[in-house]
Amino acid sequence: MKKLSFILTLILVTNLVMGQEKGGKSLPDVSVKTITGESFNTADIENDGNPIVISFWALWCHPCIKELTTIADVYEDWQEETGVKIYAISIDDARSTAKVGPLVNGKGWEYEVLLDPNGDFKRAMNVNMIPHTFVLDANKNIVWQHTSFSEGAELDLIEIIEKVKRGEDVSE
Amino acid sequence: MRILAGLSIILFLFSQTIQAQSQNKYGQVSGSFQLDAQMYQPDSNLGITDSLINGKTVRMNAFGNIIYRLGNFSAGVRYEAYLPPMAGFDSRLEGHGFANRWARYKTGIIDLTVGNFYEQFGTGMIFRAYEEWTLGYDNSVDGVRLILNPMKGMTIKGIWGTQRYFWDTYEKDDRGIIRGGDIDLFLNDLFASMNESKTKITLGAGLISRYQADLDPIYKLPENVASWSGRMNLSHGGFFWLTEYAHKINDPNAINNYIYKDGQGLFSSVSYSQKGFGLALSAKWIDNMGFKSDRTVTGDALFINFLPPNAKTHSYSLSAMYPYATQPNGEAAIQATLNYRVPKKSKLGGKYGMGIEVNFSHIRSIEKTAINDTTAIGESGTLGYESQFLSIGNEVYFQDLGFEIDKKINKHFKLIASADWIKYNMNVIEGHVGEADVDAFVWVTDLSYRFKRKHSIRWELSQLLTKQDQGNWLSSTLEYNFAPTWFFAIMDQYNYVNKDGQISFESENGEVQERDIKKLHYPTISAGYTKGTTRVLLSYGRQREGILCVGGVCRAVPSSNGFKITITSSF
Repeated sequence: MKKLSFILTLILVTNLVMGQEKGGKSLPDVSVKTITGESFNTADIENDGNPIVISFWALWCHPCIKELTTIADVYEDWQEETGVKIYAISIDDARSTAKVGPLVNGKGWEYEVLLDPNGDFKRAMNVNMIPHTFVLDANKNIVWQHTSFSEGAELDLIEIIEKVKRGEDVSE
Repeated sequence: MRILAGLSIILFLFSQTIQAQSQNKYGQVSGSFQLDAQMYQPDSNLGITDSLINGKTVRMNAFGNIIYRLGNFSAGVRYEAYLPPMAGFDSRLEGHGFANRWARYKTGIIDLTVGNFYEQFGTGMIFRAYEEWTLGYDNSVDGVRLILNPMKGMTIKGIWGTQRYFWDTYEKDDRGIIRGGDIDLFLNDLFASMNESKTKITLGAGLISRYQADLDPIYKLPENVASWSGRMNLSHGGFFWLTEYAHKINDPNAINNYIYKDGQGLFSSVSYSQKGFGLALSAKWIDNMGFKSDRTVTGDALFINFLPPNAKTHSYSLSAMYPYATQPNGEAAIQATLNYRVPKKSKLGGKYGMGIEVNFSHIRSIEKTAINDTTAIGESGTLGYESQFLSIGNEVYFQDLGFEIDKKINKHFKLIASADWIKYNMNVIEGHVGEADVDAFVWVTDLSYRFKRKHSIRWELSQLLTKQDQGNWLSSTLEYNFAPTWFFAIMDQYNYVNKDGQISFESENGEVQERDIKKLHYPTISAGYTKGTTRVLLSYGRQREGILCVGGVCRAVPSSNGFKITITSSF
């Protein structure tokens, strides 16, 4: 009996610890704003079980704008293939809030844009340098993330999104 | 024994079902860290000698941040070390320890944080606590924050605490205590009649009060200084309008030279956008709105509020040579930004279309008049001066007119080109009394050539032309990228001044004199490696003196020569 209970407890603990490693981390729930000025809770980031991409950017970050512009060219194809939805989170501070909408529309981006003017979501997601891009699976868990952008990195991103759509494991 | 066995079996089955639903039964840990270190060497051309370096050849700034979350509870700590802080960072940062620790409990209605927190009321004109690592800026509040959401559409915040001042722990009377509250109302959720309305309206108001004991032997200073603001956001389709007005009662402090005048601020921005087109206009007027936790402190510490500069933040090095910093004692600013996407297949747009951005900002002094014949404007211990709300003065502080185009030329080439005409009041912005206004023209071309699936080369060429300050600059960067992992770059910024290496200027008595400026190259090589969230950046070379501005707060970067490394990662 003693041995059995000991073994079971060991299996129990191991299971709990192993459970930590699989599946990735969940999204923190932080209050941010939409482009029209309303509050939005990041826990409401949703895509009906399809892959989600969250990308942190700012008006002054050229590589971020390059990344989002490069993806904009192929976003329609990506959406058709995988149903992915991209949330672009601007960390510009208060003075630039009114300029984000015009830039996003001026460049013809079709992403969901959210504003994080005091960096609350950025801090909760442990973002140090932008661009920082996250991929979430069907359960809204973070399964992949990457920082920096150079031409060609979007090819890696769509591969990851396709894998996530098929339910494959993408942890490195 | 049997009970224990039975319990274990139950727990085991329980854990399996829990796991099927969520992997985070014991909570999850995440975090990030960064190390920035620089090795300095003497450079006679920059005037850096061994004695100036003074033994501190290696300096580093580092932090490690850990966040723990379990259900509604979260907590975190941040450990920082500046041993010693890198050149250009405030020397009071030297030290190490837990700079930040907090615990938070959040449900649908109540959100309570104890410890250090960051928060902003509206646009931050009366209160913004935030951090910016690259500037060494952190004015977190150490205390209590309570956020209530009693019903959908209403958010009420209350805060109470003291702000971070480098490594000084709070002792009675060493700095002010701040407390305040804010309410935010989203009318479309609060009023049933507006639920389906296409027009969305948010109203808000905030109040902050700073208590600081009056230990001044000369003046009778107000111990409780209050600042309040009211704001409104309105959006309808592609139209968006934001306005905020702030007022601060008398607050004699080191920034305004201890005058008893109250302060006012107004910020308003309007934008319209639709697919392919966006226009944003904003206006800002501030008078005596410098507000700190300690009225005697100068520099970039202990700001209670945040006054954003109404100018474009440039990302290219030469375009960002003369950045504007808000003048809290008074300024009037306007800014207009236009974004347009020339459609694909059109004559100008070509196969892929072309993006155009036009930006204009203009910032001036406000008009200040003396209160009577015997008191000078800004004289200590008096009411200071009088100013009409929204008055505009005669002195131009800053102006920037710029154009930027971005175009994908073909499958391999992408081009970004920009031109800016900048007028920069050196006297007011950098405090260099007597220096002439800088009139500069900067152009940049940034060309990317993608020659294989993941290989690309980027060439950035830029020139700054001016007859003032240090004269002309030419900058060239060549960067090779292997996405997403490696990059390697060489850059040179050459201050070629002009043909003879002399800058004319007007001396105090109106004479035109010549000043010799050394023509100097600032070469740097750098390389970086990225895997997932881990980045390692190395660079070696001579770095010019400059001003690094992030989000409108600026830090002077001294010139240096040496080896620099940055390592960053998140987990």
